[in-house]
Amino acid sequence: MAALAIRDVRKRFGTTEVLKGVGLEIENGEFTVIVGPSGCGKSTLLNIIAGLEKPTSGTVEIGGRIVDDVAPKDRDIAMVFQSYALYPSMTVRQNIVFGMECRNVPKPQRAEALARVARLLQIEPLLDRKPAQLSGGQRQRVAMGRALVRDPLLFLFDEPLSNLDAKLRVEMRMEIKQLHHRIGSTMVYVTHDQIEAMTMATRIAVMHQGEVQQFADPDTVYNRPANLFVAGFMGAPPMNIFSARVEATPNGVQATIGQGENAVALALPDTCKPHAGRAVMLGLRPDCIAEEHRRFGADAAGLTIEAPVEMSEPTGAETIVVLRIGGERALARVSPDTRPAAGSRARFSLDMRRVCLFDPGTGMLIA
Amino acid sequence: MRRIAEYVTIWVPLLLSAGHVVLFTAWTTWMSFTPSTLMPVSGWVGWRNYTAVLGTRNWSIAFDNLLLFGAGFVVLTALTGLGLAILLDQRIRGENVLRSVFLYPMAVSFVVTGTVWSWLLNPGMGVQKLVNGWGWTGFRFDWLIDRDMAIWTVVIAGIWQASGFAMALFLAGLRSVEGDLIKAAQIDGAGPIRLYTRVILPSLWPIAVAVFVILLQFAIKTFDLVRALTGGGPGLATQLPALVVYDFMFQRGHIGRGSAAAVLMLLTLLGVLLPYGAWKLYRQRRAARA
Repeated sequence: MAALAIRDVRKRFGTTEVLKGVGLEIENGEFTVIVGPSGCGKSTLLNIIAGLEKPTSGTVEIGGRIVDDVAPKDRDIAMVFQSYALYPSMTVRQNIVFGMECRNVPKPQRAEALARVARLLQIEPLLDRKPAQLSGGQRQRVAMGRALVRDPLLFLFDEPLSNLDAKLRVEMRMEIKQLHHRIGSTMVYVTHDQIEAMTMATRIAVMHQGEVQQFADPDTVYNRPANLFVAGFMGAPPMNIFSARVEATPNGVQATIGQGENAVALALPDTCKPHAGRAVMLGLRPDCIAEEHRRFGADAAGLTIEAPVEMSEPTGAETIVVLRIGGERALARVSPDTRPAAGSRARFSLDMRRVCLFDPGTGMLIA
Repeated sequence: MRRIAEYVTIWVPLLLSAGHVVLFTAWTTWMSFTPSTLMPVSGWVGWRNYTAVLGTRNWSIAFDNLLLFGAGFVVLTALTGLGLAILLDQRIRGENVLRSVFLYPMAVSFVVTGTVWSWLLNPGMGVQKLVNGWGWTGFRFDWLIDRDMAIWTVVIAGIWQASGFAMALFLAGLRSVEGDLIKAAQIDGAGPIRLYTRVILPSLWPIAVAVFVILLQFAIKTFDLVRALTGGGPGLATQLPALVVYDFMFQRGHIGRGSAAAVLMLLTLLGVLLPYGAWKLYRQRRAARA
């Protein structure tokens, strides 16, 4: 049974269509991350799931029940907000039990649920404080406690980590992921941060301009992006995109990037054969371009090319090299001790098994 | 050149108004210790004017009336304003028009308010006459000439004048409540009453304190409203301190006592404003520490 099913949901504000027919089916126990740039409609979608906004058309089903006419409080959901949205005049304890108070849960049960959540999140010492007396991370925990105490069918997270500093964000990210492992609930998590999406999700829905571009597990989204938008949005630095021509030669299929003496021919996997003779957009992740002697996977000797280097950026864990392939600019992630000088030529090893071909007209993945 | 213009436009009015306030306050305070009657004279009589004023029935009735009027006016105006603000906050049509309508009385002089309400409340020509004319001949609404109820007519007129102002402040407060808080309360299942009493209104109390203080100082210095509405009567039923000052100074020609009464009013006002100022300072300090 799907924990959450969204069917052809559309939302219009005046003349602007914010959601253009979104459909998602989320299984029980999944951690789904909805990711996209600001203005892509992801928060509106979350509000529609929660019942805080009405869709212009389409249906939402939670736990097998159509909830289009069900009030937010009766949808059996809990939500964590970016601003935490803790009630400022109430103590932590009152914040957490407020929902149960509204639903007339008997007092002994309230106390029991509060104790369970406070232990789980280690916020017992904070229970009698007001939100203003808490740090950002503590507020975040309390906000999660307020959601957890309900034990709902569905957890909704609206960019819950965006207000935290970088270090705390990483800690809380791990904590939320562990929490999901422990309690196994269905979670829908909205963020604009593709790292959060990659690290936490069991499945990622990438949204852009009110449409779901791709809905798949993180590996698929990363390695086989459904279109050029996903290829460019997921991954930092993003996927390198070249315009190329696919040709069949006696030695196999190859893609040619660039014109004249700059042109570089790269051997393609045999699966690309049906596209011989076409112009394509060729996508290659920066992590598929490395220093000459790198062996990708089990391959004996991969493809190596020589290319002019424009710049090297050491980051500590790796070096990002800006180079030119067939005259087009590309980024490569090489080992940290490889630092080719700007203006020099260096040899690079390419992992062509992970190449993606996109249709230049529609931008869709074709191979 | 520009600097001169700046000095002239900023400092001249500032010095004039500050001098006006400070000098006349000092002068009035000085006068309250002199034996001045019709004309200001110098001399020293110590606290005699104060004991005289405090001993008059006029002053003690005025002060009792002020307590009653102040409490009624402040509480009821704030509640009316809050009620209007909550109703306007329901995203209703024509909000802008209604907001202006409720604010308009504030633009009217207290004298006009007093005069208009004196007509409305006059049993011979106002509401009572209207309802009697509709056929309910037994209807009585003569608080204006009733010794016990007359003070409430002042309260009614005051509410009419000032509740729009309270509404504007409360509405701004309601609008600044974070949207996510309301969403969270909706998901928690708080109904409209619980939403207001537990989530929204508790965050409004700094505004409520400001409204109370502003209304209270309105109440303490009320003069023209009563003057136009009841003239302090019937008898002394609606006498207020400001009318006592006027009475001493310009009716009875006793500047010394009038000044003493005025200084007593100033002290009452300070009794409200100083704690408020201290409280605001405390909050600022605490916010700066947090």
